[in-house]
Amino acid sequence: MATAHSRTAARLMVSPAVILLLLWMIVPLGMTIYFSFLRYNLLNPGMESFAGFDNYYYFLTNAAFWTALWNTIALVLGVLTITIFGGIALALLLDQPMWGQGIVRIMVIAPFFVMPTVSALVWKNMFMNPVNGMFAHIAKALGWTPYDFLAQSPLLSIIGIVAWAWLPFSTLILLTALQSLDREQQEAAEMDGASVLARFRYLTLPHLTRAITVVILIQTIFLLSVFAEILVTTNGGPGTATTNLTYLVYAQSLLSYDVGGGSAGGIIAVILANIVAFFLMRMIGKNLEA
Amino acid sequence: MARKITTNRKLAMTILAWTIGFLIFFPILWIFLMSFKSEADAIKSPFQMLAAPWGLESYGEVQTRSNYTRFFLNSVVLSVGSTLLALAIAIPAAWAMAFVPGKRTKDLLMWMLSTKMMPAVGVLVPMYLIFRDLHLLDTRTGLVIVMTLINLPIVIWMLYTYFKEIPGEILEAARMDGANLRSEILYILTPMAVPGIASTMLLNIILAWNEAFWTLQLTTSKAAPLTQFIASYSSPEGLFYAKLSAASTMAIAPILILGWFSQKQLVRGLTFGAVK
Repeated sequence: MATAHSRTAARLMVSPAVILLLLWMIVPLGMTIYFSFLRYNLLNPGMESFAGFDNYYYFLTNAAFWTALWNTIALVLGVLTITIFGGIALALLLDQPMWGQGIVRIMVIAPFFVMPTVSALVWKNMFMNPVNGMFAHIAKALGWTPYDFLAQSPLLSIIGIVAWAWLPFSTLILLTALQSLDREQQEAAEMDGASVLARFRYLTLPHLTRAITVVILIQTIFLLSVFAEILVTTNGGPGTATTNLTYLVYAQSLLSYDVGGGSAGGIIAVILANIVAFFLMRMIGKNLEA
Repeated sequence: MARKITTNRKLAMTILAWTIGFLIFFPILWIFLMSFKSEADAIKSPFQMLAAPWGLESYGEVQTRSNYTRFFLNSVVLSVGSTLLALAIAIPAAWAMAFVPGKRTKDLLMWMLSTKMMPAVGVLVPMYLIFRDLHLLDTRTGLVIVMTLINLPIVIWMLYTYFKEIPGEILEAARMDGANLRSEILYILTPMAVPGIASTMLLNIILAWNEAFWTLQLTTSKAAPLTQFIASYSSPEGLFYAKLSAASTMAIAPILILGWFSQKQLVRGLTFGAVK
């Protein structure tokens, strides 16, 4: 169908995008790899020297790295747990016949459009603040002692904030998947006397598996790089209690000016993200053929 | 009898769904309400706060304290600018891959997507140094370029899935009827492609508006968008709840409204067509 002429034209049309993305991939990433083998501090310019794997060694043996790794994993798993279970429940609920479904949908989806700095600051000040926050007012009205969320359970609080922002995403995707479910199959199963639970277990859940996988993978990609929420609420603290890998690399390179160490950390983050990306790509690739 | 049960059930579901929906939406509603209160009233208990007089002072104070308009304009320039630039690069690419697919089109698409998987922090240091050396730090030009690049894969993918749905037979039919290339593009392809391009644009503006890694790292004041504007409230002086509420309302309102119109495209765009 396609002639040689149109093929050349097609190549010309694709090439700007390819060249730009190639540059974007290779140039900065190559520089990061290069820096990661240098002893390089922005406070001592011109003093760069080859460091071998020292930066990696120091980064990996630093206690902060293991805390940050654990915090990253806890943040990803915590948010995933809330958004997957909450998302399935909400999607099932929103799929039921009701009045004003459109309005409920709009209310549920809204947090996704709130920029990270706003949601983090609003939760921190208006809700979690131990003196003037909404939760403190409620606690006082009930005669309880207000709880200082971000000081006493900082990581859990951030998980809560991030989960609020991502719950709409999982709900919306699962709801979209749910709406393509075969209604007749459901009705047939119901007539055959299958219980609600059995129908969910053997019809709905298998149908949702793909959507759930997609949600998990895409959210993981984004959640590995949570940054703004931590920056404006806790600055990674108290101590390193809420420092994730992204924040640690930022602190190392732009707050301590340790370009070498920060770059080594960046490469470690890239490797971790690639492990997740590998599975995600396979999933999307399979779909492209179908 | 059966009918009555369904009505009851529908009522129960309605109440449950509205309650949960309201709770999820509540923080947004709350900052909206609080933005019309005075600072002294904003820290009172919820009922006292609601009973306090309403007014627009906070909005005025936000504007004088930190010049909202400038940040807002930066956000518009960054999100719209980077989206248009990305579209200019992506439309030909997606077009070619959808209508003249080659053996390696699929690999190419997958590779483009893989660039999106690279965590930003992996290239933070070099980007910062490149920007410093080229004097691009805190400039809108620099940020538009970065935002274009980070969103380019999503834009290409979304356009590709839309263009793919335009049936090729329609072109052949037009050719048989004697249409030339110009009228083919002008009267047949363009009208069919416009809705897809529009949805892609909408989603990308939303993503760019809320982007809060590069905007926080690479800007300080001159080119800073609303994400940075709000972040300046993380170390406040004195009472600031009402001002923060007013600032937040102004930062999210435009995109919230756009977002509500783009629910469907959101699913498609963010799952790279894997869930429709």
